[in-house]
Amino acid sequence: MFRKLTLAAALALSAPALHAAGAEAHIEDFDFSFEGPFGSFDQMQLQRGLKIYTEVCSACHGLELVAFRTLADEGGPSLPEDQMRAYAEFYEVFDATLFDGEGDFRTATPADKFPASALSNAPDLSLMAKARAGFHGPYGTGINQLIKGMGGAEYIASLLVSYEEEPECAANMEVPMDGFYNSAFPNGGYPDECKYEDGSHKYPGSWISMSQPLDDGWVEFDDGHANDLHHMAEDVAAFLMWTAEPKMMARKQAGLTGVIFLTVLSVLLYLTNKKLWAPHKGKD
Amino acid sequence: MGGIPHDHYEPKSNFEKGMAKRLPIVGLLYDTLMIPTPKNLNWMWIWGIVLTFTLALQIITGIVLVMHYTPHVDMAFTSVEHIMRNVNGGHMIRYFHMNGASLFFFAVYLHIFRGLYYGSYKAPREVTWIIGMLIYLLMMGTAFMGYVLPWGQMSFHGTAVITGLFGAIPFIGDSLQTWLLGASSVGQPALNRFFSLHYLLPFLIAGLVIVHIWAFHTTGNNNPTGVEVRRTSKEEAAKDTLPFWPYFVIKDLFALAIILVVFMAIVGFMPNYLGHPDNYIPANPLATPTHIVPEWYFLPFYAILRAFDNEVWVVIAVEWLSFGIIDAKFFGVLAMFGAIVVMALAPWLDTSSVRSGRYRPMFKWWFALLCVDFIVLMWVGAMPAEGIYPYIALIGSTYWFAYFLVILPLLGVIEKPDTPPATIEDDFNAHYPAKANGGDAVAAPAE
Repeated sequence: MFRKLTLAAALALSAPALHAAGAEAHIEDFDFSFEGPFGSFDQMQLQRGLKIYTEVCSACHGLELVAFRTLADEGGPSLPEDQMRAYAEFYEVFDATLFDGEGDFRTATPADKFPASALSNAPDLSLMAKARAGFHGPYGTGINQLIKGMGGAEYIASLLVSYEEEPECAANMEVPMDGFYNSAFPNGGYPDECKYEDGSHKYPGSWISMSQPLDDGWVEFDDGHANDLHHMAEDVAAFLMWTAEPKMMARKQAGLTGVIFLTVLSVLLYLTNKKLWAPHKGKD
Repeated sequence: MGGIPHDHYEPKSNFEKGMAKRLPIVGLLYDTLMIPTPKNLNWMWIWGIVLTFTLALQIITGIVLVMHYTPHVDMAFTSVEHIMRNVNGGHMIRYFHMNGASLFFFAVYLHIFRGLYYGSYKAPREVTWIIGMLIYLLMMGTAFMGYVLPWGQMSFHGTAVITGLFGAIPFIGDSLQTWLLGASSVGQPALNRFFSLHYLLPFLIAGLVIVHIWAFHTTGNNNPTGVEVRRTSKEEAAKDTLPFWPYFVIKDLFALAIILVVFMAIVGFMPNYLGHPDNYIPANPLATPTHIVPEWYFLPFYAILRAFDNEVWVVIAVEWLSFGIIDAKFFGVLAMFGAIVVMALAPWLDTSSVRSGRYRPMFKWWFALLCVDFIVLMWVGAMPAEGIYPYIALIGSTYWFAYFLVILPLLGVIEKPDTPPATIEDDFNAHYPAKANGGDAVAAPAE
């Protein structure tokens, strides 16, 4: 009996802190190439995502934890060295050591990091893909993380494709809602006019202050890759997953090596143990 | 060390003899490693080694992390990201450390519940049990303070909530909370001292682990039958036991390797699974997360803390009787710590003459219910305190206390236990009947 209990306990203990849903928001389950133990970043997708970030997101959002040099790292967008250097030179960074310690702007070098957000209410995006739970099923257990990844990238992509027409209940309000209706955004404002009597929401999501940042065809790719909203949302979300977890490929590699090594070790120890105990258990 | 009679270390060469006269460390290590161990130990007796390994893992990875970490409110978060991005292998070290805490608690809960089922806490092992409980308390303190160090949103607001518990203590609460934090709110002084203590406490744990081992090496291990090893002679003891090395070392290492396969898979493939996404947002005192949820290993006790709100009649009665000194908040704090205290008191609350739950037909069911209760409390601790959840938490908390304060004392009186086997040898031979002779004639590894 004890063994059964142990198993039950083990299963239950492995469940994470179950995240209670706030305002219900609809998160689409995107299929990303980096999901699962063997999934890896799609280098071309990361480069497209970098382009979308550069042309669209960077107007307001920073990536202050990401150094330009890492754009050339293996397991990432892997820009060629010269392209990475040229990319860094697009940016001006503030250098406090210049101008006799008063500081001045200068052209960025590969060692510098992306600038911080330009707008105070635009959060930095470096870690956004890890700072959001996203799709957390089934039944709030998050077991899907094992095969589906963390879910933060799903959240970002969903947010980008979920700008919708304001529901009718909000249309005739005396003071219109601040911001824009987004069915994937959980924590924004939500008008009482769109609630049921018990306070629950009639529509998923809430109002977000960022206007729709991306739409069909807003960014062109040199190789003519599809640039509809859905594809681009996926691309930029993948790029932000990389900025949040730049060592993901190395980590999975280490994980796999470790699992294989330890499995072999387990087998050897099992055989050793069996042989060691055999005379005492009357099995020799 | 006292304990089970067995062969002791005999220094042979002149050097060994001289050394033994001056510093008997070889003899100490020999006796520790060759300790006679009941040969019927099952797979629930592996968690001690797992825990020892995890403590070492946490200390080693922790020391490396400290080399790159900055305990400053403006730099802590970015220094952790620096470890994740720029330090060679830093992301693995940090993920090992982060998930190592979960492995630690996973193993300690199984270790504790094993003790509860097989009566490992009962005489003469009360001291081992109490020291174990102290280790568990220190672990909780260490884990909590470690969670503060990345200085994310959950770190910050979790600290505010937990130190707020001390603020609930009547009269001295506010001063105590300020003293703990080094300021009136969570900030630089708190981060600095938590960092300092997070580094210190693991070494205290290591010290207590040595005392823990010392204590049960003196009394001898418990075992699934709860029957003591025969100690009248070395020969008889040898029929019940095998030396720790190599039999149990290899067995435990095998179990450890299996557990590490799973651990490695979690670290390699889903390292943030057990964490909370909010902790990847830098701490912001002005924005409180919608749900402040502790790490999974605190959830059962967090559920007990929240279970006693001011609608529960016991709480109302206590508040009235204490002239309002013990309000609902303080009651919750008392309940949370009380839940651990009653567990620590198990040796004196359990009145049964039989040690192992294996031979206690009624106890088995109540114990099974306690395991379920623990899991339910863990689940409900993660749920928002609304709707039906507070009721579940209240029922679960009540059972936790009832188990230790009512069921354990009563069972010893009303239960009719089965008869345990006379000796460990009998139990072992019943499991491995092919064994013809007694058991001590196998010392020769003849191949």
